[in-house]
This record gives sequence, C-alpha cells and structure tokens, in this order.
Amino acid sequence: MSATLEHPGAKNVAAESEPRGTEQVAGTKRLVKGNEALALGAVHGGLEAFFGYPITPQNEIPEILSGLLPSLGRVFLQAESEVASINMVYGASAAGHRTMTSSSSPGISLMMEGLSYIAGARLPCVIINVMRGGPGLGNIAPSQADYFQACKGGGHGDFHSLVLAPWNVQEMFELPALAFDLADRYRTPVFILADAVLGSMLEPAVVPDQIPPLRKVSKEWATVGRGRRAVKNVVNSLYLDPEVLSAHNETLQSTYREARREIRYDTRFTDDAEILLVAFGIAARVGLSAVRLLRKQGMRIGLLRPITLFPFPSDAIKHLAKQVRQTFVFELNSGQMVEDVRLAVNGISPVDFYGRMGGVLPGPEELAEQIRSRIGRGDSL
Amino acid sequence: MKNEVLIAGFGGQGILLMGRLLAEAAMKDGYHATWFPSYGPEMRGGTANCTTIFSDEEIGSPIAACYDIVIAMNQPSLERFGPKVRPGGHLLVNSSMVPIKCERRDIQCAYVPAVTIAGQMAQERVANVVMLGSLLGICPAPILSAYEEAIRSIIGVKKPELVKINLDALAAGRAAVEEQLCAPV
Repeated sequence: MSATLEHPGAKNVAAESEPRGTEQVAGTKRLVKGNEALALGAVHGGLEAFFGYPITPQNEIPEILSGLLPSLGRVFLQAESEVASINMVYGASAAGHRTMTSSSSPGISLMMEGLSYIAGARLPCVIINVMRGGPGLGNIAPSQADYFQACKGGGHGDFHSLVLAPWNVQEMFELPALAFDLADRYRTPVFILADAVLGSMLEPAVVPDQIPPLRKVSKEWATVGRGRRAVKNVVNSLYLDPEVLSAHNETLQSTYREARREIRYDTRFTDDAEILLVAFGIAARVGLSAVRLLRKQGMRIGLLRPITLFPFPSDAIKHLAKQVRQTFVFELNSGQMVEDVRLAVNGISPVDFYGRMGGVLPGPEELAEQIRSRIGRGDSL
Repeated sequence: MKNEVLIAGFGGQGILLMGRLLAEAAMKDGYHATWFPSYGPEMRGGTANCTTIFSDEEIGSPIAACYDIVIAMNQPSLERFGPKVRPGGHLLVNSSMVPIKCERRDIQCAYVPAVTIAGQMAQERVANVVMLGSLLGICPAPILSAYEEAIRSIIGVKKPELVKINLDALAAGRAAVEEQLCAPV
C-alpha cells in the first residue's frame, strides 16, 4: 500500500455520469418489500440488463425484474448458474450497458472469479447480495457475514468493489441508482449488501410513479464497435508484462483512493455521546432501538452507521473516537467491520465488539444489556 | 407512542395479511410502520407469524423480543407467544380455535370467537379480519377509517366484491371486544 501512495498510478479516467436531476418527481408512499425496492430501484436507476440465478432470500428481485424488464424492452435472463450470470454481466458491461446481478451468500461465492475479472477489466456493474447465514449452505436467516468478502475484494488479486449498505426500504430503493452512478464514475463493481430481514420486510417508501427513460452514460472505453475512433477498445484483464500490470494495479488503487470522496454515513445522538455504537444495515436498526433504550436509562450513547462500507468512513469514526470513552461495534457476524473500526480508532479509545452468528437477530434489549455490561471493560478481542 | 404487535397462527389463516393490513392502516394514519413475516417451509398448515410495529418516531428494529399486543389465532401460538406480552399489554385470542384461557393476571386478555362470528356472516375466511377488528377495541390507533382504507386498497385491488364483507368483519370484531371489556366481571 505504501508503494501505491508514493507512486500514484496513471490518472484515473473514469467516465463522469450525468448529474442526477434534482427536480421533484411525482411519487407515491406505499408499503414496499425490501427486495421489491431493490428491483424497482435498479430499474429506476437505469438497469438495462439483468442476469441471475434463483436463491432464497432474494427471489423477489428476479421475479419482479423478469416481468418488468422485458415490458420496458430491456433484458432479463435467468442464467444456468451464478458463474454464468456474473460472466454475462461482464459481457453486458463491456458492451457499455448498465447491468446487474443479484444473489445471496452461497451464490455470491460462486461469482468471485468473475468478479475479479470484472474488477481487473475495470468494468462497472452492480451486484446485490441479500446475505444469509453461512458458511457453506448455512441457512436463509439474516446475516452480515459477507462483509469481508464484499469489502476486501472477495476474488483473487488486489482489487476492491465499492460497497453500499442500506438500512431501510427507502434506501433499498435509492441505493441501486447511486450504485450504478458510482460504478460508471469509477469503473468498479459496486455491491449492495442487504440481508434476509431487509429483503423480506415491508415498510413505507416513496417510489416515483413513472420509470424514468434510460439516460445513456457515455463510455469511451466500451467495446461497441470502433466507429471513428483512432484506436480500438479492448476489454481485458490479462497483462503479461509485470511493469504494465503494475501500472494497471496503480490505476486501480488510485481509483479506490479517489472514491474516498463518496464516503457516506449517518449518525444519531452523537452530539453529546460518551459512548459510540457503530453498526450497519439491519444491525444498525437494532442498534438505534438499543441506543434509545440506553438513553432512557441515562447513558449518553450515539450511533454511527456507515452507508459506504468501502470506502469506509474512517475519519468520521476517528473524530468521534476522540470524543467518546468507548466504542462498541455490533454486527451479525464474528467481528468483521470491527477490524476497520479498530484501524480507524487506532488506539485512541477502547473498541469492544458484540456479534451474533448463524442467522440470529438479537432484540434491542439483548444488545443494550451487552453494551451496559461491557462499559469500562475495554478491548476484549 | 410505539406498538409492537405479533400475530400468530397456522399458515392459511391469513396471518400475514392481517399484519399487512395493520401496517398499511398505520401508514395511512401517519405512523411509521414495519412488517416482518416468519413462516415455515410449508405455507398451509405450518406455523406462521408476523411482527407489525407502528410508532410516531422512526422505527429501529423491525423485530421484537416481547410485544405490546399479541393476537393468537391458535393454541400453539397462545402457548408460545402469550408469555411474551409485556406486563400491561394485551392478548387477543381467537377463542373459536383456542379452548384454553391465559392465566396471566398482569395483562388484559380478550377472547373473540372469530370463526363463529365470521360464520354468522356466511364467510368463515374473514375470521382474520374479525380478529383484526378486535384490535380496534383495545388500541386507539390506527383509527377505523385507516383500517377501512387499508382493506379497500389491499383487498379491494384484486377482489372488490370482498371489500364490504371485510369491512363488516372489522366492525364485528371491534364490537365483540368492546362488549367483552365493558361486561361486568
């Protein structure tokens, strides 16, 4: 990493996508299921081609898209496997289209080789992972155990995907459009990490009445025929000359550094907080309830919720770590994001962790009790 | 104000629809609302339950460990979730399917013969909406017109001919509980 900092790679030439219109569009507030919101959000965000293979608990996504996309003259294809799906995404993306796949944990694992090729070829795409309990086939209950897989690359080679984590159905609708914009801007895959609860729950959300027309994003690099360009475009991840591959890697790393300007997070009750809770997605919902319970008991506790898991909101957490006595991290896994929190806090104040695995979603009372009993105990990992 | 409501019974009793109607009514009445389903692999005859939460502030966890109101549509549901009603909370029992009474004295219990009432309306399958109506007798929110709107929008979209009987079922459930709560002990 130090090498990349000293020798920044070639300037990133990511295509700028057009700014999204700020004009108000007519929308209806209605009860929307999380998976439905992801599917509709992708279509509203300009999804042109979907490739996927069924798996619980995300099946409403392909179910809805299988009707909606063809009716709009766009592409829906149920592939023969997850391996095929991700490679179809590679092809559609190389041809300049906004493309997406969705799956759940075991299916995402099958896509990791293709994901590495997509990242290596600098192809934009969106991948939705409605996470379930693992490892292996695990179960179909909510989990956040794929944080490492999504945020630390997942496939082989030095690469990252950008990772977004919604926590309610409205965000499940809004984040796919953002994901497509980020994917095109930085030419990286973008993950949306949801889970079995967010996917299955109903919540009021405002969904625009009309699906906007496709806005064509100019992609100078896309392999759509040479036309009048002086050079032919090649989409590839094979660079046999080490110096050339090294420079290519520098470009990728500079892209990830540049993407740090996209960091997004949300805070509740942090102004006067002496204790900080960090959680994402559904765990942050339980966290908010626990924070309210503890506040009623007089504890000055606040919540920070990363919305971008990569790039990670390290500076915001570091800033709050100076203000609070202790930081707690709550995740539905054995402790994955907590590593990034510890790197951000870097010893300024103690960081403690509570997690449940295997698809168990503890109630707010259980989390509140864990936080209460650990105050002052410091690092326990 | 926050109410965490659990509705439980057999698959096929319309459990998930009850929760959905409640969430829709709460939303139409201006509350934040969430609905989360839980059911076994088999849809009919297996266990089904759902959690509907409505609140005047942003809702955190969509799942709760204990509840302000539990609607038990069958005996296993009463046995499993009866102990999870918060002290001072309410338990609504479909007494057509549940021959036993709850022994807790720290909660308010009401017994509604939902299937009998629905049978008198010559449509036993509206027993779930009768039970939903019984909520109106114990909980001031959402208001009646919001439930009615929810029935019109959710049931009316696909089966407009069933709107009236469901509205009647709602009223019958409410009346059954109010009668019971007002009756001298």
